[in-house]
Amino acid sequence: MGMKDVLRHSLWICWKDLLEFSRSKLRLVMLVLMPLFMMVMIGFIFPSASSISNTPIALANNDTGSLGASFVQQLEIINNKTGMMKLSTATNFDDIKTKLQNSEVNGGIIIPENFSSNILAGKQGEIIVVIDQSNPQMSVTIESVLSKTVAMMGEQMAIHNLNVTYNVSVTRASSMITPYNVQFKGIVPGAPNYFQFVAPGIIAMVVMMALMTGLPHAISYEKDIGTLDGMLAAPISRLSIILGKVMAQTIRGMIQGFIILLLAVVLFGVVIEGSILLVIALIILTVFSFVGLGILITSFTDKEETATMVMMTLMFPMMFLSGVFFPIQQMPWYMQDLAHILPLTYATTALRKVMVLGADVPAVGTEILILIGFGVILLAVAVPMFRRAMSK
Amino acid sequence: MTDYSTETMQITNQFKCPKCGHIAEYPGRPNERVIVTCASCGTRGTITQPETVPSPQFTNGNAIEISHLKKMFGDFTAVDDVSFTVKRGEIFGLLGPNGAGKTTIIRMLCTLTSPTAGIATVAGFNVVKQNGKVRQHIGLVSEKMIMYDELTARENLKLFGNLYNIPKDALNQRIDELLQLVRMEKWADQRIKTFSTGMKQRINVIRALVNQPEILFLDEPTLGLDPQSTAEIRELTRRINIENRTTIILTTHIMGEADLLCKRIGIIDHGKIVALDTPANLKKIVSGTDVSAFEIEISNLNPRIMSSIQSLSSVKSLVQEDTTHLLIRANGGDAFDIIIDSLRKNGANVRMVKNLEPSLEDVFLHLTGREAREKVSENNVSAAGPGHGPRRRRASRRIR
Repeated sequence: MGMKDVLRHSLWICWKDLLEFSRSKLRLVMLVLMPLFMMVMIGFIFPSASSISNTPIALANNDTGSLGASFVQQLEIINNKTGMMKLSTATNFDDIKTKLQNSEVNGGIIIPENFSSNILAGKQGEIIVVIDQSNPQMSVTIESVLSKTVAMMGEQMAIHNLNVTYNVSVTRASSMITPYNVQFKGIVPGAPNYFQFVAPGIIAMVVMMALMTGLPHAISYEKDIGTLDGMLAAPISRLSIILGKVMAQTIRGMIQGFIILLLAVVLFGVVIEGSILLVIALIILTVFSFVGLGILITSFTDKEETATMVMMTLMFPMMFLSGVFFPIQQMPWYMQDLAHILPLTYATTALRKVMVLGADVPAVGTEILILIGFGVILLAVAVPMFRRAMSK
Repeated sequence: MTDYSTETMQITNQFKCPKCGHIAEYPGRPNERVIVTCASCGTRGTITQPETVPSPQFTNGNAIEISHLKKMFGDFTAVDDVSFTVKRGEIFGLLGPNGAGKTTIIRMLCTLTSPTAGIATVAGFNVVKQNGKVRQHIGLVSEKMIMYDELTARENLKLFGNLYNIPKDALNQRIDELLQLVRMEKWADQRIKTFSTGMKQRINVIRALVNQPEILFLDEPTLGLDPQSTAEIRELTRRINIENRTTIILTTHIMGEADLLCKRIGIIDHGKIVALDTPANLKKIVSGTDVSAFEIEISNLNPRIMSSIQSLSSVKSLVQEDTTHLLIRANGGDAFDIIIDSLRKNGANVRMVKNLEPSLEDVFLHLTGREAREKVSENNVSAAGPGHGPRRRRASRRIR
């Protein structure tokens, strides 16, 4: 049987699968809804430092002197500019603790009794920041925001003191107190948001899901209802069956991938820095690197139920370990090592480099080679396994 | 068994010289590339012999030859050393209870599963070594319908026609003919899911005919159909066999169906062929023995009468058909007298006695020592291969 026949038969099987798919209205709606939900969810549930606004903070001024009040005044002036906090008053630590437990506030600031007297005595004035460790994400953010604000206020106070007491000019005073000034300059123009980070990963993930869940499901379902026998009893190559199914699932996965791309650009303001053609090529390469895995699961599982279970077990670690949602660099070293044996990691990295950083082919060369390697090795194992499974 | 294959087949085809237009015949094997010299202008060139669809090789007029076929699923022997042949153009029945191994045999012959041991040839081709060629010549109507619910009847036929490389125009014509054959032209562009079970099965059968197979496998084709659809499918089976000379292998657990349609029947039980002959000859097995069957109508039938008959040593089986009718199978030449005596003694009011012709059911009972319908209704979980759906229980009560 020539390759031409294999291809022709697989196109017919692909035609059949897509026709079946397009006849189900619910499936068509889901095709669009799934990526939309995913983008909205992922884009809004993960907090970042810059996204903090109007966070309720309790303030307890226990200072006996007057400096505490001026501290509060300054804090309010700064807060009016940034709008980060919504300040409310509290009496003491226990009061703040109760309010935290009742979820009325997310953090607290205490100015102790001896604040003024310490400063007037030439000592440092202490500020206590109260955080809720049971909410690690929030407490880390508040910790950093409040300590930065307090430090900034300290600097300004020092500059003011130098200026007033010793007649040092404001510029000179600031260079004396903070000799080093850090400026951040990103390589991406504009201000990239979390969508920009997460969109390439979701595209890679949806394409992976289409092949890893769609393919075993499509074949084990036909096995269960008995229609696969019709194809197996026809004079066609086993390769045509799997190829046709792969094509249909790939098209489905790509459509979803492009819906995400479109949503990301239109609704969430994601800018594609690199070449769109390279993005498409990388999506196809991602498909290629996952096909083998999909076929392998298909050959191992005889029933639809088993296939679903195996896929879920494999997919969740992949989703969370491959840097789709969280940067790999944040993980402990052993998890990082694990992430580096997953093809999704490389697909995500490559897509992110191209979409966010505008990288060209040489810049993602390593990832491309690794993805091709994954694809070739997995296919070399999977195709003979599939042939064997089909003639049991 | 002779092993025919295209690898050794010599074919001769005409080729035209590209230079001088001289047409000559060159021999070769299918798909072979041969270097030839034009006889008229002396140009040397390469020709490629076309790949031909191998024609079926019916050795000794046999469509199917099976020898010592065996299939194991783990420790379980589903098919145990089965040997038989199916003649070209006949309807051959495989009769047996569920789980006897009928479907497994069909699956091996259709190249869907490979035998553990033994050889089988279909249309002259080995089902393992030449499975591709076997597939060219067979059609399969499986117990589970091979159709896609979301597709229309025509789309289903189109898909499978294209998998058999049928040219577009020929395929469209073929699809129309097949739809006419089962009077489904009106429904051609409706989705399968809107059809009744009977309509579905008609499409399911013609789907297997789309490649004009020489050999058609029908695995329980009337299962779950209403009486009208059952009759239609049986009629269709007969027509396909007569009009196209298609060899048909039919599996069934319904004795009447096998008796009605099949020229020869293989009775299979526990993976073994226990008898194989024409229905008439099979019945002779029983009539040659002293087993006899009666239908007796007793107006005052009660449990006491029944247990008295059951206790007779010559009675082999007793079936209560309804409130007044009994079906009795008994051994021995004097069985009739003994039964009538016993009935009189128990005050039975015998209205009618009918001596029954031996049926395939009797043959089966005689050969396996049990009734097929018992297995059908009480043991409907098959031990091997794909599952069989639940069956309706027979209304009649049986007493042993």
